[in-house]
Amino acid sequence: MYYTDTMFPYLPSFWQGAQINRTWEDLYMQDCKHTPLYETHLRLGGKMVDFGGWALPVQYSSILEEHKAVRERAGLFDVSHMGEVFVEGPGAFSYLQNLLTNDLTTLQPCRCRYAAMCYADGGTVDDVLIYMFNEEKYLVVVNAGNTDKDFTWMLAQLEGYEATLKNDSAAYAQLALQGPLAESMLAPLCGGELPEKNYTFVPELEVAGIRAIVSRTGYTGEDGFEVYCAAADGPKLHEALLQAGASDGLLPCGLGARDTLRFEASMPLYGHELTREITPREAGLDFAIKLNKPAFIGKEALAELPRRKRIGLKLIDRGIAREGAEVMTSGRVVGFTTSGSPAPTLGGNFAMALVDADAANAEQYSIMVRGRALEAELAPMPFYKRAK
Amino acid sequence: MTPNDRKYSKEHEWILVEGGLAKIGITDHAQDALGDIVFVELPAVGDSFAAGDSFGVVESVKAVSNIYTPVAGEVVAINEALEGEPELINTAPYENFLVQLKIESLDESALLCAEEYEAFVTQEA
Repeated sequence: MYYTDTMFPYLPSFWQGAQINRTWEDLYMQDCKHTPLYETHLRLGGKMVDFGGWALPVQYSSILEEHKAVRERAGLFDVSHMGEVFVEGPGAFSYLQNLLTNDLTTLQPCRCRYAAMCYADGGTVDDVLIYMFNEEKYLVVVNAGNTDKDFTWMLAQLEGYEATLKNDSAAYAQLALQGPLAESMLAPLCGGELPEKNYTFVPELEVAGIRAIVSRTGYTGEDGFEVYCAAADGPKLHEALLQAGASDGLLPCGLGARDTLRFEASMPLYGHELTREITPREAGLDFAIKLNKPAFIGKEALAELPRRKRIGLKLIDRGIAREGAEVMTSGRVVGFTTSGSPAPTLGGNFAMALVDADAANAEQYSIMVRGRALEAELAPMPFYKRAK
Repeated sequence: MTPNDRKYSKEHEWILVEGGLAKIGITDHAQDALGDIVFVELPAVGDSFAAGDSFGVVESVKAVSNIYTPVAGEVVAINEALEGEPELINTAPYENFLVQLKIESLDESALLCAEEYEAFVTQEA
């Protein structure tokens, strides 16, 4: 498929960092990293883009169709570009307690927990998911574009802790199967029980004869699973899942739907709602910040009342606000949008914005789009919440 | 199949001239590259544009794209159906014009015929 520069002069959102290249052949030649599923994406007709140095499909059929599939049935994502860092040793727990904002004291084996990793000034290094295997073995899953940066940071914080780090990202393929029908599609393929509760995982499960880590986690706002297997097994696992779900309407889904789904569920995306300059407190992630921990990197900074706040907005005027748009209220600029998009399941266009804390509860806002002020109102987050 | 009854620009617009009027839309290649179109911003009747000016915006879920007029002219009609159903451009790109201009001046030499446009698209790849 082709994209030309003139077609996309204003690339919104993280696509500003993603070059839209001419063809998938260009991507191959341009040293774009391939996940283990690269050939699979081509075979399935994926529209490939450069996503932070990785060649991945933005969609296969249509972003709206893929989004709908996940909300109503299930979708299958290649998320192998995510990073996997193992933390092991007698000092692993103490090390992570210092490194991360959340409290791991109550974390049990086969459980996952979400946390932020911060700089001393409270700015965000990354948001991560921690998997506890046992008291001396944890897996930290990091955002794709941040893997090298995160690993360097994590190494630098090791001093004085009896722990070792291993960046095992290249060894793994990771697939996300998300949607109300995910469990019914996945269970028949497994040689054991699936994780039953959200944020739990099974450290070793045979899925279609392939050894895998399976967690009940995801980034879509639906029920679902993330499956980690050896890189070489990725394509076979993907094929098995597609086949298993075919008769119930499982669709392979790309980055476009991944973004609209997480956006509808008001989930933060690093580089947008969380950055070097945006703290997890500003992003509203207090549930993952435990200030009663004795110490962790960034604690003092995060203990202060945040000066800015993440709010949700729904567009009243006709138009779509994307990221980086000025947000105004009472005639003054109070912040900027961090993400913005149509919300396919809800209808209408929404945005998340970072605004001055004292302007976080206004009756009415304007978002500046191409020189015009589009009226918007506060929308409670998450915009979309799945029915229990 | 790229219709033979009209001309094309290298910015992937089509232009259908009928008398002194020109309908402008985007090509099948363009709508496919954009993906699901969710919003169209069109000018007002009476607005004037020089050749090469951007007269509107077509937005897909993930992309925002300026649309350029290959001809100079004044807007005499816009396709109002696109306000409520922007996806019409995806399903029928050649049946759904964006704007109709009263032509002030037209430089045919800058335009491609169907065959030339198809070759251009293949070549770009």
